[in-house]
Amino acid sequence: MSGREVVGKVKRVNGSLVIAEGLTGAKIGDVVYIGNLKLIGEVVRITGEDFALQCYEDTSGLQPGEPVIGTGSPLVAELGPGLIGEIFDGLERSELELWRISGPFIKKGYKIAPLRRDKKWHFVPRVRVGDEVQEGDILGTVQESSVIEHRIMVPIGVRGVVKRIEEGDFTVDETIAEVETASGNMVEVKMAQTWPVRIPRPYRERLPITEPLFTGQRVIDTFFPIAKGGTAAIPGGFGSGKTVTLQQIAKWSDADIVIYVGCGERGNEMADILTHFPELEDPRTGKKLIERAIFIANVSNLPVAAREASVYFGVTIAEYFRDQGYDVAVIVDSTSRWAEALRDMSGRLEEIPAEEGYPAYLAERIAGFYERAGRVITLGSRERFGSVTIMGAVSPPGGDFSEPVTSTTVRYVGALWALDTELAYRRHFPAINWLRSFTKYVDVLVDFWRKHDPEWVRYRERALSILEEASRLEEIASVVGEKSLPEEQRLILLESEMIREGFLVQNAFHPVDRYCPPERQAKILHVLVDFYDLALPLIKSGIPVDKIRELRSVMELLRLKEKEKVEEIEEVFERVKKDLQTLRSKYEVRTA
Amino acid sequence: MFEEKAGMVYRTVREVRGPLLLVEGVRGAKYNEVVEVKLADGTEIVGTVLDAFEDKAVIQVFGQTEGLSLDTAVRFTGDVMRIPLSDELIGRVFNGSFKPLDGLPDPVGEERREVFVSVINPAAREPPSEFMQTGISVIDGMNSLVRGQKLPIFSEAGLPHNVMAAQVARQSTVLGEEDFAVVFCAMGIRHEEYDYFRREFEKTGALDRAVMILNLADDPVIERILAPRIALTIAEYIAYDLDMHVLAILTDMTSYCEALRSISVAREEVPARKGYPGYMYSDLATIYERAGKIKGKKGSVTLMPILTMPGGDITHPIPDLTGYITEGQLIMTRELNAKGIYPPVNPLPSLSRLMKDGIGPGKTREDHMEVSNQLYMAYAEGVRARNLARIIGELGLSERERRYLKFADEFERRFINQGPYENRPIERTLEIAWDLLSMLPEDELIRISEENIRKYHPKHRKAT
Repeated sequence: MSGREVVGKVKRVNGSLVIAEGLTGAKIGDVVYIGNLKLIGEVVRITGEDFALQCYEDTSGLQPGEPVIGTGSPLVAELGPGLIGEIFDGLERSELELWRISGPFIKKGYKIAPLRRDKKWHFVPRVRVGDEVQEGDILGTVQESSVIEHRIMVPIGVRGVVKRIEEGDFTVDETIAEVETASGNMVEVKMAQTWPVRIPRPYRERLPITEPLFTGQRVIDTFFPIAKGGTAAIPGGFGSGKTVTLQQIAKWSDADIVIYVGCGERGNEMADILTHFPELEDPRTGKKLIERAIFIANVSNLPVAAREASVYFGVTIAEYFRDQGYDVAVIVDSTSRWAEALRDMSGRLEEIPAEEGYPAYLAERIAGFYERAGRVITLGSRERFGSVTIMGAVSPPGGDFSEPVTSTTVRYVGALWALDTELAYRRHFPAINWLRSFTKYVDVLVDFWRKHDPEWVRYRERALSILEEASRLEEIASVVGEKSLPEEQRLILLESEMIREGFLVQNAFHPVDRYCPPERQAKILHVLVDFYDLALPLIKSGIPVDKIRELRSVMELLRLKEKEKVEEIEEVFERVKKDLQTLRSKYEVRTA
Repeated sequence: MFEEKAGMVYRTVREVRGPLLLVEGVRGAKYNEVVEVKLADGTEIVGTVLDAFEDKAVIQVFGQTEGLSLDTAVRFTGDVMRIPLSDELIGRVFNGSFKPLDGLPDPVGEERREVFVSVINPAAREPPSEFMQTGISVIDGMNSLVRGQKLPIFSEAGLPHNVMAAQVARQSTVLGEEDFAVVFCAMGIRHEEYDYFRREFEKTGALDRAVMILNLADDPVIERILAPRIALTIAEYIAYDLDMHVLAILTDMTSYCEALRSISVAREEVPARKGYPGYMYSDLATIYERAGKIKGKKGSVTLMPILTMPGGDITHPIPDLTGYITEGQLIMTRELNAKGIYPPVNPLPSLSRLMKDGIGPGKTREDHMEVSNQLYMAYAEGVRARNLARIIGELGLSERERRYLKFADEFERRFINQGPYENRPIERTLEIAWDLLSMLPEDELIRISEENIRKYHPKHRKAT
């Protein structure tokens, strides 16, 4: 991959765009070190003798005439033990390390290797000397955190016979195995390996999607589920709760590893995640969530160009763990900031813009990014499955979903969680609008839900149709008043209120409510829908909706989500049934 | 004088376009380097290098653009923009180019810090979690401010945003603490508005603890690019070197954005929306993101920018991009103002993202969050009923809708409304909230846990 180093010089500096000359032989995508401070950049355009460079660090103080080194290699991610629990900037430099050596304010020009060089990891071989191995085979493992076993793979492109391998404590730079190839070359395998971030890592076969990425968030899992290996976008204006929703998924989803890319977002928000993740317990393993999380915190006031790179680092690390056989979730908040970085560079290159200043290749880049999600059979002689799920926030200007980034993203994702500012104003969170959202994964997830609820599809559809009907009735009610509607329609409004408040609204900060397991989701939905079926005959026999609303047990249905046990939910429902029965007999006596 | 300072002087200006100068024959200009520009009449203004070539440079000046000519001398300093810092800055007044306006000498200081680039490492940030009592119910009760937060006021021309900002400054800082300071940055506001702030700060003695950076309505527009960055560089120094809590008020951000747009237009950039440049989000982030707290440091920078929404339109790029960066927003509306409600902050579209971290047991009270959520829900119901009543008349409302409508009226009158000098402790704010909530049936208080209803609902309190 790597070529010869060449040295040129800076001709012009215009923000993150640097024009250099003398980089003979440099290719598009080659990494360059710009100026005396060796700022990191990439070749983005070549015109005759001029090389346009995108610089990922602040170029203040850079002067024409300073040297530029062309490395001949593309931008690569370093992969190996030490990634878990780490906080990187947009170029995979450890922010913890940067803080230690340069203080609380970011200083530029620091070269920090992504993985720690001094740390010894205990390596346990899985193969023996003399074994034949090929790319993707697992040579051995390192227990990286209490939940993640890091599997060291034969690098891509290597095949041969293991000549040396042993158990022991090694740094990432030490050779853990030697593999002799067919041509007699000896390949020294180290734990730290690299991969160009803009090129998807290879796999043996792409597989159909079959399993949900279970998030514990009712509106997502029950109504608009996402699958492992799938993609989802979550667009919403500011204040509609994108970040809280994504953080909930990061915290509670059943991915093995979560990679959270904070791309051009708030520093305090990142600080909040970085501080609270280490304290939070994983509901499944009981271990701390930090033991399976990696953060890329490329906040909004860091140089814009690095945002562009940060999402590729995130997804490349995800593919690397996928190849080890893990289910990985990549969360990007926000892809709009990434698109803005594209627009910024495109503008500086004076390209002819398409819509709203965005480059014409915006759609291509967005599609290419989301297409790196998927469920696969990995490389290697033994069959191994892994997946990358990508979920991206979109921040449409003015909350307008027809803007280029949102409208393009919607075309390339499998699920859309459309956030609604109106709902957010009413503190209905997660503010996912049930009429505008969609998922393409219902059919493939039926098998999963069958285990918890054989009637999932039916109840889901009924609830959705009630909600849809109610929104139509609400429009009428907003003109004529709810009181003027027939009682049967008012019952639909009551039922939709029950589903909204009792099911869709989920309190991210309530100890029980914040994570809702599948059996409880199914139970609550069943009770709420069955309630409608029980109430309807009463209404038909002339009992007013208000009488039902006044029942104390009916209002308790709204609190089912706070009950930890399914039995407690059933108990409330039994009382509702009894109360409805009593109400009915009272009326029958009166009419009789 | 000018020629005696260090750095090369060039008199080869070839083009003047708005605030931009093209200087030819310049060797080795650095990107973002500070230049000093001397006009034919002797006025000196500062600028920076926007585009550095091998043999020329494009300069952006920050002062007045009248008087710029091909006859202008430009001195290249070789360094990026820095200002001297010391504790003697507190109590002083400067213009947007950091020239004293108070008759005192130029500031000196050992510490010279960069004005434009200052980024707190996210790993070193301390998440803000200290409740900052403003004494204003609609803020404390429903949109609590937290130390280190950036919470803007979205307002419109003619609304009392200055009165509220001054009230926040007065009431949130005067708690017998000595370790606070106010940094006030004016961008394009009128003289009388500045006088108002000055008088208000004077009243409580806050003026001695304030640093003022002033670019008023008749000052050079382009200087507004510089003013907030100087203000925040000072704020960071006071917070992290002098260990004080700083409240920084930036007003009016709309004037700042207009200055940004005029430079973008002069540079002939492709605009994004309404003529504003595509990088406005990132540019605003370099200002707003300077709010915060740092692990291991005592001080904090809390930011309260004020912006007037052009035409009251919240989807306008200025409030829109601001909202995407700040940790919430306080929105003032004409409707509440017309009813005589002060402060006319509509809680429904307002938000404080950091509220949850700053309130609750040990900070404010265990029922605070739930009460706030219930108020939101009930007020939203009430507003909905009010809108409906406008169409079908109040008589057409159901009993339940009428109850919520009454709630909304009372809520505006008793909870939101208060005096500009009324300082309500959080307990008082919650007490009013519970009184209002007791207008509603207890069963409908579903956002509040049963335990808290038993503990705080007036009905139960009277019983015990």
